[in-house]
Amino acid sequence: MAAKKFRVQIAFDECKGCGRCLKACPKKLLAVGSALNKQGYLAITAENPELCIGCGSCFYQCPEPGAITIVEITE
Amino acid sequence: MAYSNSLMLKGNEAVIHGALIAGCDCYFGYPITPASEVAHSAAKLFPMLNRVFLQAESEIGAINMVMGAAAAGKRTMTASSGLGISLKQEGVSYIAALELPVVIVDITRGGPGLGNIGPEQSDYFQVTKGGGHGSYRCLVLTPNSVQEMCDMARTAFDLAEKYRMPCYIMADGVIGQMMESVRLPEPEDRPYDPEWKMGKVVDGKANIVTSIYLEHNDLEAINHKLQAKYAEVVANEQRSEELYTEDAELVIVAYGICSRVAAGAIEQLRAEGYKVGMLRPQMVWPFPSDALMKIATNGKCKGFMSLELSAGQMIEDVRLAIECKKPVHLYNRMGGNVPSCDEVVEAAKKVLKEI
Amino acid sequence: MSEKIKFGRSPVFFDPFERRPGPIKKNMHYCPGCGHGILHKLVAEAIDYHGIQGKTMFMVPVGCAVFAYYYFNVGAISVPHGRAPAVGTGVARAVPDSYVISYQGDGDLAAIGFNEFLQAANRGEKISIFFVNNSNYGMTGGQMAPTTLPGQKTATTPFGRNVLTDGFPVHVAEMVNTLTAPIYIERVALTSTARIMNAKKAVFKAIENLKNRKGFSFVEVLAPCPVNLKMTADQINDFIENQMIPEFPLGCIRDRSAEVENGTVPPAPAHDVESVKKVLFPPALEDAGSVKENTSEIFNRELRVKMAGFGGQGILSLGITLANMARLRNFNVSWMPSYGPEQRGGAASCAVIVSRNRIPSPMISKDCDLLIATTQTALDKYIGELKEDGILIYDNTAVTLPELPAAMTKVGVDAVGIATRDVGSPKFVNSVLIGVLSVVLEQQGLLNAEDQADFEQAFTAAVREKFGKKPGAVESNAQAFAAGRQGLSK
Repeated sequence: MAAKKFRVQIAFDECKGCGRCLKACPKKLLAVGSALNKQGYLAITAENPELCIGCGSCFYQCPEPGAITIVEITE
Repeated sequence: MAYSNSLMLKGNEAVIHGALIAGCDCYFGYPITPASEVAHSAAKLFPMLNRVFLQAESEIGAINMVMGAAAAGKRTMTASSGLGISLKQEGVSYIAALELPVVIVDITRGGPGLGNIGPEQSDYFQVTKGGGHGSYRCLVLTPNSVQEMCDMARTAFDLAEKYRMPCYIMADGVIGQMMESVRLPEPEDRPYDPEWKMGKVVDGKANIVTSIYLEHNDLEAINHKLQAKYAEVVANEQRSEELYTEDAELVIVAYGICSRVAAGAIEQLRAEGYKVGMLRPQMVWPFPSDALMKIATNGKCKGFMSLELSAGQMIEDVRLAIECKKPVHLYNRMGGNVPSCDEVVEAAKKVLKEI
Repeated sequence: MSEKIKFGRSPVFFDPFERRPGPIKKNMHYCPGCGHGILHKLVAEAIDYHGIQGKTMFMVPVGCAVFAYYYFNVGAISVPHGRAPAVGTGVARAVPDSYVISYQGDGDLAAIGFNEFLQAANRGEKISIFFVNNSNYGMTGGQMAPTTLPGQKTATTPFGRNVLTDGFPVHVAEMVNTLTAPIYIERVALTSTARIMNAKKAVFKAIENLKNRKGFSFVEVLAPCPVNLKMTADQINDFIENQMIPEFPLGCIRDRSAEVENGTVPPAPAHDVESVKKVLFPPALEDAGSVKENTSEIFNRELRVKMAGFGGQGILSLGITLANMARLRNFNVSWMPSYGPEQRGGAASCAVIVSRNRIPSPMISKDCDLLIATTQTALDKYIGELKEDGILIYDNTAVTLPELPAAMTKVGVDAVGIATRDVGSPKFVNSVLIGVLSVVLEQQGLLNAEDQADFEQAFTAAVREKFGKKPGAVESNAQAFAAGRQGLSK
């Protein structure tokens, strides 16, 4: 069986910086960024998005429809 | 099977017969005297044709159910009276804004407040002037016989659908409660499946029905669009019936039961040599202003008498219609009283002396 | 290597949000950290999973979710404040193969629209309602809601909700649980991911019930409103966990989804001509008798009849029978009852006018040709309306006549007695009275022999039209008519 890997993607301009996802991530991959996005929010960033385990916790915590996407990578 | 189309019906029952023949799918309503037989009749007959009857929890519930059914693209109606119509006004404003075709039967009673169940025509303002918030109008048919209660149901759906707006059938308690012989119109195939209905997918997007426009310019544009539609209605849909107006010096303006009393009075007056006629609005919105102006300027007419079961509501529209070119007098009764023919004869003679 | 999206934007959402005005087309309009977005995603996922998008109708409330239709690509209507369950009822009843979702906040559902909500629940409408309880009014700027906690500060409770004057928080899920019809009631919270996963299960169940047309499903969602409550993401989660949940306990309160069978879509409305005629049009009467032009002189003017007695005596149906007789002979006819409270017990009366011409007013207040009075009260009330040379038929066991004009025809008859003795029940008194009337008209020279036969035939036709399927009733009424004739002739 092929190994599965995941990647968390944050759509920079769609994030409102509410911070709900920060604590939700079991791997603590997410952090408050340092730049304002188009909407004027300090968007959340993922420093090591490839370390994502694909649990979906941040996705379900996020109130925005597409600010967070979890991609499943099959090698 | 051979059928007869002649039967004795109450006005309240005839309007349901007419609505079913016109293809009405759903009835939602709440009982109130003197309109209750509309619901009784609907409760019995709608289910017999697999159509929807539901007794709502309130007039507010009923008008909102009607809103939902209409938005979903079905022919639908409700009925109430006076204070019940007051309760519906929130929903009517929405329905007007959403441009939904809906038929509302108003069997009017006495007011203000709890008033009584006697026949008044004091819902005139609330149905002809909008009634709820915002600049909107409703079509208002005013039958004066049980036959018209039946026939106008079809007219109401046709007009409501043509202009996508609420249409009242406003009749007083007498017209609703009385029985007369009715000839039912022949049913016909009347398919109805509007393009705009909620949920229909157009270009990949499901239709929505909404009346909220936060941008001021957007809402102003919507209002202009509604007003343009209302202007078209005013230009095309005025309906009235005239009696002896060609040579009448005094023209009585009356609708509903008042027009029938007036018809009797006018025969008496004519027999005594008085030149009295009548204009009967068959719709009070749009108001038959053109017909009234024609009479006011025909060189024979010296004045008008508005005959109403209210403190004088329609009289304002009579004056506006004729731009105050002739005097307009009021003869009215309230509280559930209906004038006799004799009373109207006396009132007309008095006005004739003054004009 | 291949990539696929494991968690991402639901296909039930528009992408971009073209219906949303302004430049922002990817985001919802909600505040940062708002629970609506979280719940929207769960609802969208459930709609997608259960494959009901094409027939979903979304009741869009007044409140923060007022623009939900920017986001969901489903049928939607923005409804008046609180009325979503009523509008949803209308849609669900009118289009029974649709799937109606009502999505409401705490002011909408638990305050201004509580009646519409509870009544829809009580009727067991086949709709699913998602109720967002965030303990305050969000859209209007954080005022007190029915769900605001005791002591909680809001824009309209600046010193905290005082339960002595503002009442206590309303426990909506528990109130719904007092009703019989709802099949599924659960309260969930949007705090930790574990709680959100429970919420997801509840949302999926409510949508599954909708799909299977099980009945009324209700999910109350304790949702974060961090901006109005001036809290961070962590603080609002703590608030919900430590203050809201103790007041509004989480869990499934009722789940009868397994016991309840899947619902079915009722048959389509009948619109074909034959069905409509069958229901509305009376069957043709083959032997109704002549419909010739009636030439009796009495009908050259209006014939005005008033009947009065007490409620339940058959006075109104006596009038209807007379009116139908006239209709069957192609006269114009009107019947006007006294209506309202007085018809429920106490006095009953009606007026019938028959004419060749159009009938002006159906009401009679004077110039009455014929008065039928079965009680003293009725006689006293209406005798003044009878013409001096009119005809009075009265029940001579119940009525004592006052002094009356000599020109008046007065006919006393024990109509109730005749009905009871000769036909077996006082309920036939109305047909007895018509029999009496036929004799009186004859005696007055108002009906000639041919007319008399026609009168009886019209009576029989009117009765058969009314009781077509009950031959016994037709016979008894004919018997009553004959008994009335005979009783007076004696």
